[in-house]
Amino acid sequence: MSSSLRPFFSLAGLRYGARAALPALPGFTMFSAAFGTAAAQKGLSLAEAMGLSAFVYAGASQMIGLEIWQQVWTPATILTIMTVTAVVNSRMILLGATLQPWLRHEPLARSVLNLFLLTEAGWLIGTRHYNDGGRDVGVLLGTALVLWLVWQLATLIGFFAGALVPDPKAFGLDLVMPIFFSVMLVPLWKGVRPALPWLIAGIVSYVTHALLPGYVYIIAGALAGVIAGMLIE
Amino acid sequence: MSEFNAFAAGPWGSALAIALMALVTFLCRIGGVVLMSYVRITPRVERGLRALPGSIILATILPSALENGWPALVTLGASITVMAVTRIDLVGLAAGLGTLSVIRALL
Repeated sequence: MSSSLRPFFSLAGLRYGARAALPALPGFTMFSAAFGTAAAQKGLSLAEAMGLSAFVYAGASQMIGLEIWQQVWTPATILTIMTVTAVVNSRMILLGATLQPWLRHEPLARSVLNLFLLTEAGWLIGTRHYNDGGRDVGVLLGTALVLWLVWQLATLIGFFAGALVPDPKAFGLDLVMPIFFSVMLVPLWKGVRPALPWLIAGIVSYVTHALLPGYVYIIAGALAGVIAGMLIE
Repeated sequence: MSEFNAFAAGPWGSALAIALMALVTFLCRIGGVVLMSYVRITPRVERGLRALPGSIILATILPSALENGWPALVTLGASITVMAVTRIDLVGLAAGLGTLSVIRALL
């Protein structure tokens, strides 16, 4: 298969990746600005809001984190927020698993940076490049750097100008992430049979969402899809 | 332990919470790569991983799409159709946003 292609890193790839990040930017901006606004309303300081966006850098867990944020911390509440974060972000273990063959020959420091910046959106853009036969790790990093910078900027704007941000519903921006994801689904399509695991993932996710609170439904559906993919010949 | 309690309750409590959230998130981010460097990628494992991108997308968008009713489903249908025809992601994105705006303006 494509394993004969050898991964490499180029500055051209970095620039290409930066441009390829474009379709994810509306969703990133909306989500991160919404986080900044919510953080300000919850009474977080600018340093706390930016600290979460810069270092945790994972939207769902940042939002959930706000719900259980404390003015005064105890070891128990710190343990809780840490555990909830780990559960919400555990789906990233799956993303990383698919990247291993691509990053195998990378220098450690660059992989650490690339993985620190790993997001679903960036991973989907990188996966599209990879599935088209591309092996330039620069593409992955270029996309990731742009997404991270935009995330920081949007948190900052949301924190200070939350009241000025227009109602996202007026422009359909509340559904902009699902729209981006559905667009990224198209190049993945290789016929009905390879898509059967997707259907199972969707069903399991929907049922889990109805039964359990929080974001567990994403990892439940994703895992069901992977298992289905392993079982369907 | 009481010293740690005092530290957590003090001005550095938030910084500690953020640092630990960042740490567990980073471990999730590198976990899959580290794990797979010890697992032999058999054809079966490869099939499973190949199903992941589409599965993650469906698992993420389906519950919120169904919750938002037919306008969301028509919107996602429009962006998928336009993307399938044009293969240009920005055009697919614009088609989805445009469709949803029109539906909401008419409702």
